[in-house]
Amino acid sequence: MNRGTALRHAAAIAVTAFALFPILFVVSAALNPLGTLSSATLLPEGAGLGNLRALFTTTPFLTWYANSILIAGLTAVLSVAVSALSAYAFSRFRFAGRRTGLVTLLIIQAFPQFLAIVPLYVIFSVISDNWPAFGLNSVWGVTLLYVGGQVGVNTWLIKGFFDTIPKELDDAMLIDGCTPGQAFRRVILPLSAPVLAISALLVFIATINEFLVASVFLTGDDSRTLAVGLFSLLADQRNANFGIFAAGTLLTAIPTVAVFQFLQRYIVHGLTAGAVKG
Amino acid sequence: MSTRQARTGKAVLPGPQDTGTPPDEPVARVRRARALPGREPRRGAPVRGWPGNAGAIAARFLTLGLIVAVALWAAAPLVSAQNWTGTAIVAAVTVAGLYVYLTPRRLPAKYLFPVTLLILALQVFPVVHTMSLALTNIGDGHLGTKQEAITAIETSSVRREPGSAEYRLTVAERDGEPVFLLAEGARAYVGTAAGLRPLEGATFGPGGRITAAEGYTVLTVAQASARGAEVTGLSVPVEGGAIRSQGLSRAYRGTAQLSYDAACDCVTGPDPAAASGSGSGDGDGDGEAVPQKVWQADEEQGRFVAVDGTALPQGWKVDVGPANLTAALTDPQVNAHFLGVLGWNVVYALSVVALTAALGIAVALVLHHPRMRAVRAYRTLIVLPYAMPAFAMLLVWRDMFNTDFGLVNRMSGLEVDWLGEPLTARLSVLLVQLWLGFPYMFLIATGALQTIPSEYLEAAQVDGATAWHRFRKVTFPLLMLALAPLLVSSFAFNFNNFNGVFLITAGGPFPADNPAVGATDLLITYTFRLAFGQQGAQYGLASAMSVYVYLIVAVISIISFRRTRVFKEVDR
Repeated sequence: MNRGTALRHAAAIAVTAFALFPILFVVSAALNPLGTLSSATLLPEGAGLGNLRALFTTTPFLTWYANSILIAGLTAVLSVAVSALSAYAFSRFRFAGRRTGLVTLLIIQAFPQFLAIVPLYVIFSVISDNWPAFGLNSVWGVTLLYVGGQVGVNTWLIKGFFDTIPKELDDAMLIDGCTPGQAFRRVILPLSAPVLAISALLVFIATINEFLVASVFLTGDDSRTLAVGLFSLLADQRNANFGIFAAGTLLTAIPTVAVFQFLQRYIVHGLTAGAVKG
Repeated sequence: MSTRQARTGKAVLPGPQDTGTPPDEPVARVRRARALPGREPRRGAPVRGWPGNAGAIAARFLTLGLIVAVALWAAAPLVSAQNWTGTAIVAAVTVAGLYVYLTPRRLPAKYLFPVTLLILALQVFPVVHTMSLALTNIGDGHLGTKQEAITAIETSSVRREPGSAEYRLTVAERDGEPVFLLAEGARAYVGTAAGLRPLEGATFGPGGRITAAEGYTVLTVAQASARGAEVTGLSVPVEGGAIRSQGLSRAYRGTAQLSYDAACDCVTGPDPAAASGSGSGDGDGDGEAVPQKVWQADEEQGRFVAVDGTALPQGWKVDVGPANLTAALTDPQVNAHFLGVLGWNVVYALSVVALTAALGIAVALVLHHPRMRAVRAYRTLIVLPYAMPAFAMLLVWRDMFNTDFGLVNRMSGLEVDWLGEPLTARLSVLLVQLWLGFPYMFLIATGALQTIPSEYLEAAQVDGATAWHRFRKVTFPLLMLALAPLLVSSFAFNFNNFNGVFLITAGGPFPADNPAVGATDLLITYTFRLAFGQQGAQYGLASAMSVYVYLIVAVISIISFRRTRVFKEVDR
């Protein structure tokens, strides 16, 4: 190994250390038998599953987890489904208002939904009065809101991919007597499985991490998500609950990190392909 | 981070095709070629009738049934609340849905109906509504109509008078709100903040109290006393007064002390401030001792104001014109906050983009070398911060900076109050965002580096360029070309990075004399506190702040759309 390569390794190791040390701290705090912030160290000094046990016995962690998975999973599936439908129309049909529709979607997706938190709160108060199942403090209501916030971005994302599928394929189907619906289901959807999966994954992760809307809308014990629940855990007892919190963080990370590593190849490829467009 | 991915969505995709397409002409040709086959069958074919097979007919009936069922479910509560505007909207949407899905024509609208509905209801309407709320004084004490304010004033001034009606009270709950189940002999009523209604299907227990009622959850004494403040605060408006609780098992009908007179558009009655001062007699009826007072309705402020300038706490929502919007720029109390926050907001977003991009590109360059080993391992570990749940890691960082227990102070032996001083707090939120954000930049820079043709660099080398020159003149410009659109979206994301600040410092540290604005506040966290903070809701002002953020976002997006020439894609 020559000097240049050695320097490169030194730099890479330093950056890796920077990237890893907070994560290492979380692992060691989660294993720390004392469970407090003040006794947590960078490297584990003892190992016990006490924090994990406390997490399940003293907090409704499973409820939070289930809520988060339910909300994020449903939001991912529904928003991708709705977006795929509209993306198909924008990609394959030519109709009056198509251009306006696309530009509107583009502009709207630039405005983060949570900026309108005040009117959204007012709207959902009205919904609560009339249809409590979809109102404040309901996972269904928040899911609906998130879906509404994600369809604009995803329509563009998926339409971009549909455009790369040769139109001759579905034209052949149409000539053979298929309806556009059949062409959509049998040709377009199977061919775009990877992009649908990635869109769903991105929505899933974004939704799991969402805090602002969830903290305003979901305040009941039964409806909290992981973000709101873990936040409240530290708000009560910052020092004492840190070990429990760290254990919860690790359990939250497992699914996302796993899926992320699994899909990393696609994501890198996607980022690149998008990046070179400039 | 992941929010950023979703927001910068455009970039995240195995992107459409046009990577190497030379400008316009071929694109236009492709477009023409594509448009044709799409139209031909439609023009040539006869208008399609209803599909005849049994499955298709069944599907149609199913669709019809589904739409009607949802519509009826949605309309029922609106009709019973006599909300005719809402009912009309539901009806219009239903008719549109039926038309779109039951007509035999191939309508693009069949595919666009759900997205249109969602976008209109949950994106367009909230934005428009933000702008209209910004023109009002809506907030605590100004939430409802004038009539609601009058009801609230009258019911809250209720005092018990001798000989007034009394009820057996049972505290119950519906949809999380406490309600009164009231028994007067054999008659049962349910009382809410909206009023008194007869109650059917109530079960009476010994002692004449209601023990169960359909649709209501009766609270135990312990549950009810845990919500004591809500129970004592609940007053059920009735003609000329209100019903309030006395303890948890009895309620009485009291008389309103303050009353509204439509003739003078004013509220008259004994001054509550004076009454509470001289109220030692407690209901003995020495009414003359308390001076009468008049509060005149002020339609501009949306409150009842007395001659001496005091106002009743319950007001109503009125239009205040552009006052909230101009307050951000001209009101000395607000504009110092607004401009200060705006300045730091821009610095924050720019710094985050610059820092994450610099580190990300540097790491990508370090690893991008033919003789580097273990690149895959490094990459897997370095992207971990990007894959971890961001909200939780932000809280971990916050606690690592904790003065007394935090890892940073304990490992360094310092006693710095990192998040308590403006400068260190700002550096801290930047450092945290660097940690969260650089793996993303690393990923895209790695990708972009791999697409730079090695011929360019070899040619430069042959021409005698040094390594530095090759980077400066070839690699870096090509990288920037690829990354520029993503840097713009990263800026837009971080401009509104609520989690990145709120979860670490909550906007603080706050100066001792001014708890409204903290050193790390972004516009979005400042707005959030205006609306949902401890100091009472100022929805109107908060909406005005949102309108400003909208304007800034609009400018950023126009720049970014221009740069990425995304509008061209519309015409494909």
